[in-house]
Amino acid sequence: MDSRPLLAVRDVVVRFGGIVALDGVSFDLPAGRILGLIGPNGAGKTTLFNCLSRLYTPASGDVQFEGASILGRPPHRIAEIGIGRTFQNLALFRGLTVLENVLVGGHTRTRSDFFSDALGLPGVRRQDQDLARWAGEVIDYLGLGEVARRPVTGLPFGTQKRVELARALVMRPKLLLLDEPAGGLNHEEVADLGRLIRQIRDDHGVTILLVEHHMGLVMSVSDVVVALDFGRKICEGVPTAVQQDPAVIAAYLGTAKT
Amino acid sequence: MVASERRLGGLTLPAWQRLLTIGVVIAALVLPLLVKNFTVFQLTLVMVYSIAILGLNLLTGINGQFSLGHSAFYAIGAYTTAILMDRFGVPYALTLPVAGLVCLVAGFLFGLPALRLEGLYLALATFALAVATPQLLKLSLFEHWTGGVQGIVIVKPDAPFGLPLSQDRWLYYFTLIVLILMFAAATRLVSSRTGRALKAIRDNPLAAKAMGIDTALYKSLAFGVSALYTGVAGSLGAIVVQFVAPDSFTFFLAVSFLVGLVVGGVGWIPGALIGGVFVMFVPNLAEQVSKGLAWAVYGVILILVIYLMPTGAAGFVRLVAGRVARLMSSNR
Ligand SMILES: Nc1ncnc2c1ncn2[C@@H]1O[C@H](COP(=O)(O)OP(=O)(O)OP(=O)(O)O)[C@@H](O)[C@H]1O
Ligand SMILES: [Mg+2]
Repeated sequence: MDSRPLLAVRDVVVRFGGIVALDGVSFDLPAGRILGLIGPNGAGKTTLFNCLSRLYTPASGDVQFEGASILGRPPHRIAEIGIGRTFQNLALFRGLTVLENVLVGGHTRTRSDFFSDALGLPGVRRQDQDLARWAGEVIDYLGLGEVARRPVTGLPFGTQKRVELARALVMRPKLLLLDEPAGGLNHEEVADLGRLIRQIRDDHGVTILLVEHHMGLVMSVSDVVVALDFGRKICEGVPTAVQQDPAVIAAYLGTAKT
Repeated sequence: MVASERRLGGLTLPAWQRLLTIGVVIAALVLPLLVKNFTVFQLTLVMVYSIAILGLNLLTGINGQFSLGHSAFYAIGAYTTAILMDRFGVPYALTLPVAGLVCLVAGFLFGLPALRLEGLYLALATFALAVATPQLLKLSLFEHWTGGVQGIVIVKPDAPFGLPLSQDRWLYYFTLIVLILMFAAATRLVSSRTGRALKAIRDNPLAAKAMGIDTALYKSLAFGVSALYTGVAGSLGAIVVQFVAPDSFTFFLAVSFLVGLVVGGVGWIPGALIGGVFVMFVPNLAEQVSKGLAWAVYGVILILVIYLMPTGAAGFVRLVAGRVARLMSSNR
């Protein structure tokens, strides 16, 4: 087995003016694992995701993917190395249908330019058909077939979240970043989501970094859990250990949240 | 399974669209044979404006970038053709691709710095382009090429191959061919990978980046392609009107394109045709209602149209299609 982790976060520091959103966070994520990232509101979880997507640049520290730093890459060249994500607050393309949204996820898996697309050259058409077929499979896999041709706006929140998931999966990522996928779901749906996340890992062979407030979900699907508080890593370990960690309990009690 | 497309009277939506397109093309082929030369000339201008508005639609409707400066690209296209024909004796048909290419480059170069500007700021920058263009065209420095304030007069081309068509009718058909090609290309483009990328940038630039879309490149290329369309329209316009002069390409023209875009429906490709009809005929109509208050009448008509069709003709067509679909399914 490859001992090198798929993702290595090294002493990452991010500041916004006076706020230190991430204060020297480090952890490794081996390929094929599910890592749950928890922490009270404002702990810096989304900020870390945004570093991995290169939307934010750390003041210091490094992020390595498959052994190479990603910090030299512009944001639009993250998808191509195999990092896909969903967003905490929906970030769908609101003018497009479900299918079109999912097709955009395949952008890096296809090649074309204005010229070949305007002329509809056979090469790009075939490629588009292949992509549409793959997108159709992913849509079915996530049970979105019924709404595939509907505009994404107006669909229930949970469905829209699943569209984001489909959009990220179509890209065939090696690493999937899920930012609060259970947001807005009811009890039953959360249980389904937990099964789905594990199934995605097994079927698609992706490594998953999961940010979630729903403790039941995180603890049931994660292989490892990392807890953040005020931008610092306060605990890392298997779910049962993290759950009982005094620092974690204190962090959650301290903010008096769920 | 991905749900299949809805059917209406046994045909899918794309099938209806194809049928309608064929109908419109046949009508467009027959129409000039039934009306007098001046009307043919006006209809040709409708098509010219439609192409220009289509260019703006690709930028604003599809990619979400504003422009109040498309009169500049129209002018560059028109002057490229005029100069090539007048000073170099280039056949009119050959000037079209050159004008398109010049505008593609001009639009791309303008689009690069414009990347830093969003929304209203971009509108202001393009506004500056629109107001500067007529003055630049008047500069004595360029007078040798542009003809200064006088502009350039172009000879109207005859129908080729001894076709028994008046000059106006021939230009109509020539413009129609260009229009069909450009609308076909635009339709393909917007439903392709590139088109999806452009719309993704319009709807959510950050998510678009996360999907691997090079937003900066696509945005400047969208500017270039948009300028190409409007430039080709300018080129055709110059040939049809047989004349270019700085004051034909003022800020007012840019606003007219914007009006056409909104009336036709932002982001809806066929809407550009309806926009072209509006821009061409409504000012005339307003003048017939009242010579002294023509622009006031125009304003009232515009407000009424926007009030009745808040999302342009596009929304109106969708509404009617939806009603028809419901009627037909309830009758069965
Ligand atoms: N773009 C930004 N500008 C300024 N401050 C920011 C920005 N993004 C995040 N922050 C701040 O950084 C800190 C961490 O925020 P972050 O969104 O990463 O928290 P989180 O752990 O995702 O919280 P939640 O569970 O509420 O989503 C917060 O104090 C937040 O206000
Ligand atoms: Mg967050």
